[in-house]
Amino acid sequence: MSGVVAATVAAPSALAGGANVIAVGVLLAEFGMFRQALLRDQVRLYAAQSALISALAIVVAATRHLPDLYALAALSFALKTVIVPVVLRRMLRGIGAIGSDPRWGDIAGSHALSVASAVLIAIAVAAFGFFTVAALGLTSPVLPATALSISVAVILVAFVLMIVRRDVISQAIGFLSLENGVSLTALVVAAGLPLILEIAFLFDLLVAAVVFGLLIRVHHGRAESMSTADLTNLRG
Amino acid sequence: MLLLLTLPLAAALICLLAPLSVARTVTALSGAASFAFVLVLVPAVARHDINFLRVLRVDALSVVFMLATGFLYAAVAVYSIGYLSGEGPGHAPGKRTRRLWAGLNLFAWAMLAAPMTSNLALMWVAIEVTTVVSALLVAVEDTDGAAEAAWKYVLLASAGLGLALLATIFAYYAGAQVLGQSYDLGFTQLLAVAGRLPHAAVELTFVLAVLGFGTKMGLVPVHTWLPDAHSEAPTPVSALLSGSLLAVSFYAILRFYQVTEAAVGPAFPRNVLLVFGVASLLLSAMYLFGQRDVKRLLAYSSVEHMGILAIGVSFGAPAALAGVLLHVLAHAAAKGNAFMGAGVLVRKLGTKQISAIRGGLDLLPWSGPLFLVAVFALGAMPPFGLFRSEFEIVAGGLGSGSYVPAAILIIAVTAAFFGLAGSVTRMLMLPLPRPQTPVPDRTPVAAGARIESGAAQRETAIATSTTAPALARGEPSAWMVVPVVAGAVALLWLGVHPPAVLDQLFARAVGLLSGGAS
Repeated sequence: MSGVVAATVAAPSALAGGANVIAVGVLLAEFGMFRQALLRDQVRLYAAQSALISALAIVVAATRHLPDLYALAALSFALKTVIVPVVLRRMLRGIGAIGSDPRWGDIAGSHALSVASAVLIAIAVAAFGFFTVAALGLTSPVLPATALSISVAVILVAFVLMIVRRDVISQAIGFLSLENGVSLTALVVAAGLPLILEIAFLFDLLVAAVVFGLLIRVHHGRAESMSTADLTNLRG
Repeated sequence: MLLLLTLPLAAALICLLAPLSVARTVTALSGAASFAFVLVLVPAVARHDINFLRVLRVDALSVVFMLATGFLYAAVAVYSIGYLSGEGPGHAPGKRTRRLWAGLNLFAWAMLAAPMTSNLALMWVAIEVTTVVSALLVAVEDTDGAAEAAWKYVLLASAGLGLALLATIFAYYAGAQVLGQSYDLGFTQLLAVAGRLPHAAVELTFVLAVLGFGTKMGLVPVHTWLPDAHSEAPTPVSALLSGSLLAVSFYAILRFYQVTEAAVGPAFPRNVLLVFGVASLLLSAMYLFGQRDVKRLLAYSSVEHMGILAIGVSFGAPAALAGVLLHVLAHAAAKGNAFMGAGVLVRKLGTKQISAIRGGLDLLPWSGPLFLVAVFALGAMPPFGLFRSEFEIVAGGLGSGSYVPAAILIIAVTAAFFGLAGSVTRMLMLPLPRPQTPVPDRTPVAAGARIESGAAQRETAIATSTTAPALARGEPSAWMVVPVVAGAVALLWLGVHPPAVLDQLFARAVGLLSGGAS
């Protein structure tokens, strides 16, 4: 692509390959969220996805000599892989008596479409995002442009996830993984973003996660389920 | 300025810890003081921008939005004293009321902080904070409807802000092409080098920003959370949401507009705003007819006014831009008033159904007429501020040759006025379907049956049970009247003779918004 025009260092192929593999891993995790049947697994998958992004940050930090990114990777690992999932589980403990483990809600039947059609739609949307962003010709000195396209695909698939799954957990995780997609984008095109701003973003994410947890509790307290199917009273 | 940032925060803390009586005094004082501080800033900012601590910066544009927020914060703080003390015995007061007080302060703090930062990333953070705080405030009323509205609100607004975050990232990327890999993402930095920013990235940024922040601002088609949240939230929160939160989101869009206009010329951002603005205006004008819930009615009116703001900016003429800024202020005052007036009606009659609210003018000697004034102001009747601002917007549009959008604007605004005024006059003017002279010994069941002859039995029961005992003419609380009077005075003042310092302020802000035009 037009990236070679830029006078910056061309990315070595091993790094490019590695970065793309990680980015694809993030996208696959996003797809996995379509079929998770247990609240616990959904949160775990999110934690795994976040860990992948921290790993990518370390790769970039090591190869591009951006020491700030080590701190960012550590922080984002601590927050998104450990604290947010723990907080979410804490807040949701004791919710949902059905499912294999009584502590965790069963969200298996929350699909508006069958899993297969949902995944097909997500693939189409992801492909759309992938090729559209590639056509814009945005390039980065840090990571290959493919990673950028994949990150936009992740964001779009997160939207599909929020649309087709009708339970509050998947929708909340959909938002959090949407933010993961944005983090991935930020790694590619804005690796030099000052650390203090990244910390502000992360702190904000924590606050948002807590509020999501609170509202899930409120919802569960009133509706006795995780489903959003009965959230249709307000219209017009 | 620093005081302005710390005061509401401190007030929020105090509300969490202190007894309730202290909490409400502190909130009212903090609201009044914040508004006073903003007022003090106005003459200073009308002459020069104020920079502070590298990331804080107040210029003419931001102070307009701070004025709107400061005014509503003060008004709502006073109003809440009446709103929260007059609740029936059925409510558990302690914890919930305390949360509401603390949340109000925190919410106002975040909305004041967003326009005070010069940093696009911090601005995004402040706006996301407003989302989560206000979502909790929406959920504070412990009902099914509130839980549903809060969930929809937090999910949609957060997803929208996810896009806005993406916009912020791409803005950083665009700037990094010129400024190097490490810089602060201040919009002054971006503006300084705007001419050299890559076009594709800036255009992508702007579209994402309009879509993302537009979700919070209530632009069609991403407005769907708005009527739910506005109608289910406690009234003081609805007033803040509608008059101030939407405006702050609009402010964020304006900042991106400034950069985009300077980078790729005015045509592209104006067209984007025009499309969203026209869609919002047309759709909301239609929804204003046949609404059954008074607070939803006002919520759609907010969508309409946000559409007007977007169209006003898309005209781009200085007169239209000055009109837009005046519109922000006047809309804050008018919509705050309308929600507060509606809140009194709802409190008095115990229902939000338009079909069950009757005789407002008879029952409420102050709030009834004031509500009517607020709604006429919202419909841009002279002599109120919104008439002046919409007149300026339309004049600017015609002057710059945008005849079709200007015509659409006039037609839709007129239609919206009829939709709004129709429902409201029915609520206020038609007598309650019972003898005009207050004869309290009518059996409530019969009266109720006549109110709701065709409607569901449940509604009838609600309307009856609460209207029957409370039919004496009189206001629920003087605290709920004073801020509305202040708002009406402000509207009249803005409409008849805006102070000269405001003109200077608008002139500077318009200069900012059209400065980079090439």
